[in-house]
This record gives sequence, C-alpha cells and structure tokens, in this order.
Amino acid sequence: MGNGLYARLRNETPIPLDAEVTCAPGEVLALVGPSGAGKSTILRCIAGLYRPRHGRILADGQVWLDTNESIDLAPQSRAVGIVFQNYALFPHMSALANVAAAVPRGSARSPEDRARHLLELVHLAGLEDRRPGELSGGQQQRVAIARALAREPKVLLLDEPFAAVDQVTRRKLQRELVLLRRDVQVPIVLVTHDLEEAAMLADRMSILHHGRMLQTASATEIMARPATALVARLLDLRNVFEGQIERHLPDRGTTLLRWGGHLLEAAYAPQFAEGAKVNWVIPSGDVILHRHDRPSRGERENPLVGRIEEMIALGETASITMRVDRTGDAFLTLAVPLHVARRNALVQGGAISVSLLKTGIHCMPHEMPSV
Amino acid sequence: MDWTALLLSLRLGAVTVLCLLPIGVIVGRTLAYRRFPGRGLVEASLMLPLVLPPTVIGYYLLVAFGGASPLGRVWETTFGTPLVFSFEGLVVASIIVNLPFAIQPAQRAFEAIPREIRDAAACCGMSPLRILRRIELPLAWSGILTGLVLTFAHTLGEFGVVLMVGGSIPGSTRTVSIAIYDRVQAFDEHAAAVMATLLLLLSVVALGLVYALSNRTGRKHG
Repeated sequence: MGNGLYARLRNETPIPLDAEVTCAPGEVLALVGPSGAGKSTILRCIAGLYRPRHGRILADGQVWLDTNESIDLAPQSRAVGIVFQNYALFPHMSALANVAAAVPRGSARSPEDRARHLLELVHLAGLEDRRPGELSGGQQQRVAIARALAREPKVLLLDEPFAAVDQVTRRKLQRELVLLRRDVQVPIVLVTHDLEEAAMLADRMSILHHGRMLQTASATEIMARPATALVARLLDLRNVFEGQIERHLPDRGTTLLRWGGHLLEAAYAPQFAEGAKVNWVIPSGDVILHRHDRPSRGERENPLVGRIEEMIALGETASITMRVDRTGDAFLTLAVPLHVARRNALVQGGAISVSLLKTGIHCMPHEMPSV
Repeated sequence: MDWTALLLSLRLGAVTVLCLLPIGVIVGRTLAYRRFPGRGLVEASLMLPLVLPPTVIGYYLLVAFGGASPLGRVWETTFGTPLVFSFEGLVVASIIVNLPFAIQPAQRAFEAIPREIRDAAACCGMSPLRILRRIELPLAWSGILTGLVLTFAHTLGEFGVVLMVGGSIPGSTRTVSIAIYDRVQAFDEHAAAVMATLLLLLSVVALGLVYALSNRTGRKHG
C-alpha cells in the first residue's frame, strides 16, 4: 500500500478485534455496526490510543505499528487528525486556541495564522474568540474538524461526527464533509451506526460485528449482496429467508431455488451445491406489485400470491407486509407509493400478488439458527 | 491574643500547602489515571488520617520521628536537632495528616477531565508534559486549589497530632489551636474567645473559597 492507510488488527481480550482496513487517499471508508462492534476501537488503534496485541498499521508509507517488529509510535508521532464523538474540544480555550494547539511546531506560518485560515475554511470566521461552551453543536463540530486538519494529517478519523447534532445541522455538515474531502486528499475513516449516512458519504463500507469485519464493499453492493445472513440482519434487511438449491441452469444464468411450495428463479449461484440449504435475500425494491389496471414489469418472474398482514403509511410510502401462500407463513415486505396502494385497492387483510425479480434474489451460505 | 502562635500556625499552614501542592498534583493525577496493582490499598491508606483519632496518628508519628527510630536518627545526624518537638517535625506531621485533604480533591478534579480530551490533546501532537501544563492543570486547577485551601484551614485547626508530636513550645510548636487550649486552662477566657473567633472567621473564609471554587469546576465541566 503506497500512500494510503493500511491497518491489520488482531486482539482477543479484553476487546476482541479481527479487522483489516485499507483506505486510499481521498477515499471515505465507513465502519458500520451496532454499539460494541469495535468501530471506535479500530479508530483508537489507528490513532495510537489503544494498542492491539497483534497488528500492523501503515500510513503514507510510514510504519505506525508493527507488533512483530516492536514498533509502536505514540499518538504524538502519528500524523493523524481525529474528530471525537463529543468533539473533545478543550473547554478552557477559545476556538482559535483549540485549533492552534494542533498546528505542528516549526510550521512556516504562525499557529494562529494557520488556525484562522482553517476556521475560515469551516465557515467559522468571526467566532475565533468564543469558547466551546459558547458555540452550538454544529459549530463545535466544525472547530473539531478544523483542529483535526490543523495537524496536516496523513489520515483523518471521524468517530460518529454527526451523532450529537440535530437533523438539519447534520444534513448541512454532511454536505460540507463531501465538499471538504475534495480538498483534503487523505484517507478518511468514518465510524457510524447510521447505514444511510454510510451509504451517502462513504465510497466503501465495512460491516463490523463483535470486533470482526464481516464484509467490505460499496454500499449498493453490500445492500444487494450481503455476504452472510448475519450481515443482512445487521443491515436490517427484511426479506431474508431459508431455501434450498434445486438445480443450476448455467445456460440461462439461473439457479432454481426451492422456497416452501414455490420454485423460484434466482440469480445464478453456482458456488452452492444442488440440494444445499441456503439463506436468501431480496431487496424490497425488487419485489414488484402486480397492478390491477395494467401488466407490471417482470410480472411473469416468480409470481407469488398472499394476504396483506400489515399495511402502514410512512409519509408518501406504504410499507406492506404480506403473508405468502404455500411458504409456511413467510412474510415478505415491500414498499409502494401510497397512491399506487390506493389505486390498487390494497387493504389490510386483502389479497395481493407480487413478483420477485430474478436478479434481486441473492443466495448466502446457510446460517444456524435460522433467521 | 498570642500573635506568635497565630504567626506560627500561618507559617505551618503555608509550608504544608507548598509541600502538598506537588504531592497532591502528582499523587492525585497518578491515582486518577493509572491502574496498578495495590491501587485500592494506596487509596485506602491515604484516607487513614481521616478516620484515625488524631492522638493515634500523633502517637505513631511520635514513635516514627523519635530518636529511637531510623527516621529520627537519620534526621538528627543530618540536621543536628531532633525531629520531635520541632517546627520541622510539625511540618512533616502536618503533611501526612493532610494528605487526604490535598490529594482527594486533586484526584477528583483530574478524573473529571474526560478521557477523550486528553486523547485529543495527544492526537494534537502535544507531549505529555505539555498536556499537563496546557490542558490538565488549567482544567483541574480549581480542584487542586480546593484541596490546598482545605489543607490550610485544617492545618490551622489541627490540635491532637500537633500536641503529640510538637508539644507546646512557644515560638516553635505552639500553634494557635494549642494556644486556645492553654488560655482556657489558664481561665483567660477573653484571649481564648478572640483567637477562637479568628479561627472561626478564617474557616468561614476558607469554606467560602472552597464552595466558590467547586462551583467554578461545576460550571466548567457542566
């Protein structure tokens, strides 16, 4: 790895960790997972605030940690910018002093000059003399970003940077981060438990669970093709089921999947043996409602009928849970615009028929206990 | 009014405070941030002067400082005077008795600084000494000061230990609280009342300072 970030971390106790992080300059990598998944610990390892039992960290070609070679640079010797969840600003110092404190000694410009410039960059000109207690949450976050950049970091680490601000400020700050990353050509590692945020801001995301990195890929890739049922569950994907591989049809690019009394056509998945039990998932967007008035796209693909178990309006969208016939009470979730639901006279307890798009059906190794 | 005794008390308080300032900072900070085997035991031992009767502490110090003890002997051969019944002996006793008053508030003040703030300082490239000077001390200062004010006030009022270790030698070990006792014994109620009032006023001022300082700490971190 030339000038990006590479980290390989392993630890057993007290915090289990098994992770490999790569992030190129200018790239945003999101670490996603529930609380206690080890996301923040990974950041702390990279910053030098926590030392794993085994590990190797390279940043911009420099070795920061190598437990085999007994190399472990102190946080002071790692050019790292970090924004903590609660910003961790120095409460007794002005915004300017907070940022100036991180300017490396011996810089060409005076620390105050550079701090002033950075505060301008994060739109805080005029508030230099305020203390953190006199700034709003959003402004504090900007000071924290300016302070992280002051050190001319080779790696930028953001630990839930948007968790402590309101929705409107969050959107604004997220936009600013997107603009900022164009100017700052360093690897950015973002910790978040918000999938939507990860999908919006990151080029790739890593799913973490109990300190283990389960899958790293782009957000779209992970959402459509989770590596395991556990990943699917962590992503809060609804339509995860058990099935059995019936037969592969390579010339048609199809794998036939047995699901209760149905034989579904699924995306070709030759890695599973015929007869193997699998978990499979389909995004709600690939569940197509059959309309009353006209034929729908892909209507002939995997048609299913059932009853509407629950229908709730979420804004302009109707979230529908249907009990699928001949599946032993499996529930399928789909979302349709509210006006479509009305036009098709969908009501709770009523009949519904849908199609599952073949390309949307993704098979995963079978996981016990069943999901 | 025994001015000599009052001046001696003030001098004892000042010297004790000066000696306990670095001890309070170093020990308080170590207990706040470091985890080491026997930490609980150290903390408990430091609290002992709070619960032990002053005469018991005084007795042990008397034995430890006496000419028969190694410490007493080393002191006497080095300085030529015995440690017991001397001002220096009072200072050492006063430091030991006041350890919990100086260390506890300092320890709490260091503990009140969020770990992330210290981590952030390290990630800003500050050396440990710079972090202590620019981040920790300014944030913990009011707690440290609270400890010192308490120490000072407590030294002025200390009676049992001072009497055991120092006796009541005018100009050398007779502090104002012992002078009050002396005056009462001599039925000089007027002098006793004046000195008692003075001590009362000093204590009120000290407590006022402590509360003002702890309010500042609360505001800063709150």
